[in-house]
Amino acid sequence: MSLWEYVSSRKDLILFEAAQHASMVAQCVLVAAVLGVLVGVLSYRRAHVSALALGMAGVLFTIPSLAMLGLLIPPLGLGVAPSVTAITLYALLPIIRNTVVGLRGVDAQLVDAARGIGMSGRRSLLRVELPLAWPVILTGIRVATQLAMGIGAVAAYVSGPGLGEQIFSGLARLGGANALNSTLTGTIGIILLALLFDACFVLLGRLTIPGGIRA
Amino acid sequence: MPEHGGVPIELRGVTKRFPGAGAPAVDRLDLLIPAGEIVVLLGPSGCGKTTTMRMVNRLEEPTSGDILIDGQNSRDINPNQLRRHIGYVIQQAGLFPHMTVARNVAQVPKLLGWDSRRIAGRVDELLDLVGMDPGLFRDRYPRALSGGQQQRVGVARALAADPPVLLMDEPFGALDPITRERLQDELLRLQEELAKTIVFVTHDVDEALKIGDRIAMMQRGSRIVQYAAPAEILTDPADDYVEQYLGGESSMKLLRLTKVGDIRLDRVPHAAEDADTERLLAEIEAGGDQYALIVDEARHPLRWVTVDDLAGRTGPVGDLGDPVGDTILGRMTLQDALESLLNADTDVVPVVGRRRVYSGVISLSTVQQAIQDIKARERERRRRRHDGPRG
Ligand SMILES: Nc1ncnc2c1ncn2[C@@H]1O[C@H](COP(=O)(O)OP(=O)(O)OP(=O)(O)O)[C@@H](O)[C@H]1O
Ligand SMILES: [Mg+2]
Repeated sequence: MSLWEYVSSRKDLILFEAAQHASMVAQCVLVAAVLGVLVGVLSYRRAHVSALALGMAGVLFTIPSLAMLGLLIPPLGLGVAPSVTAITLYALLPIIRNTVVGLRGVDAQLVDAARGIGMSGRRSLLRVELPLAWPVILTGIRVATQLAMGIGAVAAYVSGPGLGEQIFSGLARLGGANALNSTLTGTIGIILLALLFDACFVLLGRLTIPGGIRA
Repeated sequence: MPEHGGVPIELRGVTKRFPGAGAPAVDRLDLLIPAGEIVVLLGPSGCGKTTTMRMVNRLEEPTSGDILIDGQNSRDINPNQLRRHIGYVIQQAGLFPHMTVARNVAQVPKLLGWDSRRIAGRVDELLDLVGMDPGLFRDRYPRALSGGQQQRVGVARALAADPPVLLMDEPFGALDPITRERLQDELLRLQEELAKTIVFVTHDVDEALKIGDRIAMMQRGSRIVQYAAPAEILTDPADDYVEQYLGGESSMKLLRLTKVGDIRLDRVPHAAEDADTERLLAEIEAGGDQYALIVDEARHPLRWVTVDDLAGRTGPVGDLGDPVGDTILGRMTLQDALESLLNADTDVVPVVGRRRVYSGVISLSTVQQAIQDIKARERERRRRRHDGPRG
C-alpha cells in the first residue's frame, strides 16, 4: 500500500488524531503562555527571583521528554493528564525567558517617561512595557509551540492523544505491514501542523504588534 | 482653552543620598524658583542637576528636606497625581514608539479622565502650538519623525494637561546645533504665551544664557555657586569656578544675549519725502550731522540723503539720495546685528521695530557703547548691593 492509499483509507482517524494533536498543543501553550508571562512579569524586576524561575524551568528542560512522561505516570496515570502536564512544563521555559528578556529590554528611558507623566506602575506595565516587549514574548510562545508539537508526539508513549500514536504504532511494528506508512503519516502530519501553527503566529504578530514597532 | 501660568517651587534643605554612594548627590539645597520663570540648572556632569529635577516630581524621593510646589509640600501629594500636573521632557523625547503621535500626546489627558472628544481637540491644538501640522503628523509613529520633530511632540505631550510646571532635562541635548537653536527659540516664544514655571537642565553654557531667566550654577552635590540672571552671571561671575565654566568671551556672550531693541540706539534726523529741503538741511546742520533718513508714510526707511544731496536745492525732498541697503531688526541679537554691520555698505544702518517701523540707527560704535553700558550698569548694581544695608 502506498502512503497515499494508507492515508485515504484512514482519513477519518488521521484527521481526528491531527485535530486532537492541534487542540492539545494549543491548549497547553495557552496555559503555558498565561503562566509564563505571569511568572515573567512578577519576576523580571528582581534579578534573584527571575534567575530562580529561569533556573527551575531550565532544569525541567534538560530532562528528556520520554523520561519526564514516564516520571509523571505514577502521580497522574496514563493518557491526557501526563501528556498535557509535560507539554505545558516544557512550553514554560521559552515563554518565561522571553518575557523576562523582553521586559528587561524595554528602554529604561521610556519606563521613566511613563512614570514621569504620571502612569502608575501597573499602567506603565500594561500600556508601555508589555506592548513593547510583546514581539519578544510572542517569539517565545512561538518557540514553545514548536516544542509542544514535538513533545506532543512523544506523549503517545503514555497513551496521550494525537498524531504520536501513528508514529509509535509504526515504530512498534517496524518491518510489518504499513509500519513505515504509519510512522511517515504521523511525522508529516506533525510537520504540517507545525507549519500551520507558525503561519498563525505570523498572522497573530501582524494583528497584535503595534505598527510603530513592527519590523 | 485658556492656558494657565506657572506656580513657584521652593526647595528647602533638600538632600539626596543614594544607597551605597559616599557623598550625597544633592546636599542641603535651598532654591526658590519663581512662578512663570525659566530657571536653568547649569553645571558639570554628575553634579546632581538631574537628581535635583527628579525630586521635584518625586521620581526620586529626597532623603531629607522639603519641596513646596505652590506652597504645598510635595510629600503630601500622591506621586502619580503630582506628575500629571508637572510636564516632563527628557533627552530624545522619550516618546512611546508603539503609539502614534496623537496617542503619545493624549496620555496625560487620558490619565486625567478627559473624554475622547476633548482629548482629540486638545491634541490638535497642541500640535499646532509646537508648530506641527496635525493633519500630517497626528497618525504617524515616532520613528517616522526627525529628532527635532520628536522633541516637539515631547514638549506637546508635556504641555497636554496645561501643567503649571515643566521639567526639562537636556531636552535639546541630542539635536544638531541648528535644530537646537530653532527649538530654543520656539520654547522662548511658547513661554512668552504660557508663562510656565520651567526647570531646565543643561550643561551647555550658551543654551543656559539664552534660555534662562535665571541660572543656578551648580557644583558637585548640587551646591549652588551663583544664582542670578544671565547678564549678571556674565558680567559678575561669583568666583573663578563660574568664570572658568563660562569659558571667557563674556562680551561675545553678552552680544548673543542682548537684543538690538533693548539697547540705546543712535538717532539721525529723519523726514518724509514731502519735507522741505532747506528745512531738512538746516535741521541736519543744527544737529552737527552729515545726513538724514527719508521715510515713507508708514515710517519705513527709504533713502539716505547727505548734506551734499540737499545743498542748493529747494522744494520737497522727493527722491533725492541713495536707497538704504540693509535694515536691522529690533529683535535681532547684537551678535546678528554685528554680523550685518560688518557686511553692510554703510557704516550706519537703520533699525526697524515692529511692522518695520524706523526706530533708530546703529553702527559698530553703538554696539561697543551698549556692551560697555551693560557692564557699567552691572558693576553699579553690584556696588550698590555690596554697600547697601546688611543684616
Ligand atoms: N539611581 C542612582 N543610584 C546611585 N547613584 C546615582 C543615581 N542617580 C544618580 N546618581 C549619582 O548622583 C550623582 C548626580 O547624578 P545626576 O544624574 O543628578 O547628575 P547630572 O548633573 O544630571 O549629570 P549629567 O550632566 O551627566 O546628566 C552622580 O554622582 C550619580 O552617579
Ligand atoms: Mg543629568
